[in-house]
Amino acid sequence: MRKQLVVIGGGPAGLAAAVAAYDAGVRDLVVLERESEAGGILKQCVHNGFGLTRFRESMTGPEYARRFLDEARARRIGILTNTFVTRLTPEKRVSYVNEKGAFCCEADAVILAMGCRERSKGALNIAGTRPAGLFSAGTAQKYVNIYGHLPGKRVVILGSGDIGLIMARRMTLEGAKVECVCEIMPYSGGLGRNIAQCLDDFGIPLLLEHTIVSVEGRERVEAVVIARVDEKRQPIAGTERRVECDTVLFSVGLIPENELTKGAGIALDGQTKGCLVDDGRETEIEGVFACGNVLHVHDLVDFVSEEAEIAGRSAAEYLLHGARAKRYLPVLAGENVSYIVPQRLDADGQTPVQLYFRVKSALRGAVISVEAGDFRKSVKRIAVAPGEMERVTVVPSQLSGAAALRVSVFREE
Amino acid sequence: MYDVAIVGGGVTGAFCARFLMRYKVSVVILEASDDVAAGASAANSGIVHAGFDAASGTLKAAFNLRGNRMMQRVCAELGVKYLENGSIVAACGADEERMLADLLARGEKNGVEGLRLLSEEEAHATEPALADGVTGALFAPSGGIVCPYGLTIAAVGNAMDNGAELLCGFTLTAAERSGEDWRLFSEDGRSVMARVVVNCAGAGAERVARVFGDDSFRIGARKGEYILLDRTAGSLVTHTVFPVPSAAGKGVLVSPTVDGNLIVGPTSVEEETPDVSLRREAFAEIAEKAAHIVEGIAFGEMITSFAGVRSYCDRHDFIVGWSRVAGVYLAAGIESPGLTSAPAIGVYIADMVAEKLAAERNEAYSPIRRKPPVFREMTDAERAEMIARDPAYGRIVCRCEQVTLGEILSALRTQPPAHTLDGVKLRTRAGMGRCQGGFCQPAVFNLLMREYGYRAEEVTKKGGRSYVITGGEL
Ligand SMILES: Cc1cc2nc3c(=O)[nH]c(=O)nc-3n(C[C@H](O)[C@H](O)[C@H](O)COP(=O)(O)OP(=O)(O)OC[C@H]3O[C@@H](n4cnc5c(N)ncnc54)[C@H](O)[C@@H]3O)c2cc1C
Repeated sequence: MRKQLVVIGGGPAGLAAAVAAYDAGVRDLVVLERESEAGGILKQCVHNGFGLTRFRESMTGPEYARRFLDEARARRIGILTNTFVTRLTPEKRVSYVNEKGAFCCEADAVILAMGCRERSKGALNIAGTRPAGLFSAGTAQKYVNIYGHLPGKRVVILGSGDIGLIMARRMTLEGAKVECVCEIMPYSGGLGRNIAQCLDDFGIPLLLEHTIVSVEGRERVEAVVIARVDEKRQPIAGTERRVECDTVLFSVGLIPENELTKGAGIALDGQTKGCLVDDGRETEIEGVFACGNVLHVHDLVDFVSEEAEIAGRSAAEYLLHGARAKRYLPVLAGENVSYIVPQRLDADGQTPVQLYFRVKSALRGAVISVEAGDFRKSVKRIAVAPGEMERVTVVPSQLSGAAALRVSVFREE
Repeated sequence: MYDVAIVGGGVTGAFCARFLMRYKVSVVILEASDDVAAGASAANSGIVHAGFDAASGTLKAAFNLRGNRMMQRVCAELGVKYLENGSIVAACGADEERMLADLLARGEKNGVEGLRLLSEEEAHATEPALADGVTGALFAPSGGIVCPYGLTIAAVGNAMDNGAELLCGFTLTAAERSGEDWRLFSEDGRSVMARVVVNCAGAGAERVARVFGDDSFRIGARKGEYILLDRTAGSLVTHTVFPVPSAAGKGVLVSPTVDGNLIVGPTSVEEETPDVSLRREAFAEIAEKAAHIVEGIAFGEMITSFAGVRSYCDRHDFIVGWSRVAGVYLAAGIESPGLTSAPAIGVYIADMVAEKLAAERNEAYSPIRRKPPVFREMTDAERAEMIARDPAYGRIVCRCEQVTLGEILSALRTQPPAHTLDGVKLRTRAGMGRCQGGFCQPAVFNLLMREYGYRAEEVTKKGGRSYVITGGEL
């Protein structure tokens, strides 16, 4: 089989990218989705707060996904569900399987939109036993929201990522007692609004600089031992406390699912764990684009959609007008910036480009500073935090002559 | 009434059962847990030892060598992956190099073939990931690797295909003489009758022996903790790399697994009672020890950590033979190299027991177990063909390990069938990858409900009261 464009992943990123590519003129395209329905992880996010930025209204996850699914359907964009991509080659051959067989599709362009997965508890140095009752927060969310089973009644949550915060509220609303949320860092990785609405409103303690050191219980969890950590994130002897519980949820980070990407030999950014891309979200391989959480973990789906549309339009441009030789301007993460996407800009770009980045540590009163050759720009923020993605806009063609662009964040004097 | 009751569904019991089926005998395996491979056979290094470790003249040395020689064929018959990747004992400095010479001499005396001392240069050329401090090595080409629970499950399955029965959740706690025979009681009140009982109860062997009035040996427990790394870290070494052994045992090794992961461990911790919890200091200890022999282990790629318990006997050798109580056969103190030795111990015990029972050969016995299809290992053409035959093989359930619905259903319907999340995981690898079941666990959970008619609150992780859902329905 041949296709102009294959979109891998039918979550919000893949759907928005497909719709944008279609609207830019691509007709021969298909979305490959491994689950039985498109929509990605939003399907199990029944809480609201989605779409505030983009649509100025608060929707649930399924409602937000529905909008894009409807858009794709209205355009009769093919979505193959229950279809799992097993391999991607640098020549853009996409191998996939479904109940009809094992197939290979030759694509002129590919958009990677595989999303991310939760870092597992297995990746943590937690001592003790390995009983039933240990769940990734997203797995617990699926049991509760999709299947209607409440994993347990007394819960300790490790990690204050957004899924963990949302699940603290969800489990509480369903009648479970959430004893505490432990966060190893001195700040939460989640959105401020989630801390307020999911923990504070329910009186659930957020224990910063705390971690779980061991799990007790042979068959089912009976308790965990938590402890305070020092600056090196190591448990401090003598601060251990035993908390009885029957369930532990882990919300300890999200990792872009780039197994296919690695298989195609595409290099990843050590910080984002996603591809290195330019402002059109084109990867190192011509005609392969990436967007959404497979590129870097976003905290709001609104920005996923925005980024996916960029990738979709770029893929269309590539397909309809051919590859263009580009001069690149590297984009660098400066002081107090943990990563920045895109990692390089088309130096001749005429249109404004949004740079997405995260800070390393929280600041009250911050200045975002952009430097590129003689170009200087600074933007003030009331507050910045690692849990909230920041954005700043530049126009590449106005940076003429610069060898690189660097974004830093300083405390406001 | 059975001719033989085997107590314990670990790798030792599995091979006793499998080889007993070569005779016209009725066999039942009594297993305390809800699945086979519940004890040491589920959590060990998975190394098929070459045979240079055990003191010459011991049962360990003899069974190790025989087991090693049988392993290739047994695995081929049972459809289990086996890789003769070779073992390396890495020495750091002159003192340790001298110990290599002792190992070489002992190995040769034990009958191990192909042993060779490597110079510093040869060692680093053979295994480039060896740490800088390694100055010499012993190379044992006949060392191999196997999946320990895969081997156990396959051997039990093959025994069952040949007519053996398996009773899970049967914890033997009492026995009564009934003429020449034994009536065996489970904790839950069930009982079975058998003419001969074979005690393969691992950590429980002493307790089981006492049930029959035999208190002639003690079983001690020594815990071993491990770290398992993702496939991306698995190709760091091709051989199994050991440090030179010490009084505490064979030490922390670094090895690829047959499934492509990297295993690092085990520690060695003496315990009062068998316990598979990890100590807090285990992680640092494993990393520190492994760094002496192998460089560049990507500990950031850890996907899980676990512990197993070595059940050693106070005589420091295997006990294999008739107990002083009539009708009871012993396979106790089967610590390392018990996995390697299992096929040899199994044949030996089967022959002894069959002789006692004056059993005839079973002409219908088939040593072959059809290997369940593994999607992950198929070419695209094979996949297409498999899916055409059964569309369930086109439905991926576990994305990390690429396990299909077809494979999971097969694990629920092939002897010995899986009844738990872990049972499915051990048979198919669903949930064993980098996300550790984050995505596929609910799907497997639903399949267990559908297949067995379980209610949600009846599904367990690993049997007993290890319930997955304890908060009820919404
Ligand atoms: C850390 C570690 C590393 C090892 N590494 C290696 C290695 O690399 N190579 C190697 O060759 N060997 C190795 N070994 C040794 C090997 O794992 C064991 O020798 C082997 O698995 C023992 O098998 P088994 O069947 O005798 O015991 P187990 O596997 O422990 O099985 C005993 C079974 O008996 C059941 N049982 C107990 N009591 C009762 C009862 N009352 N009623 C009913 N059932 C009962 C248990 O539930 C269990 O399933 C290692 C062991 C450990 C612990």
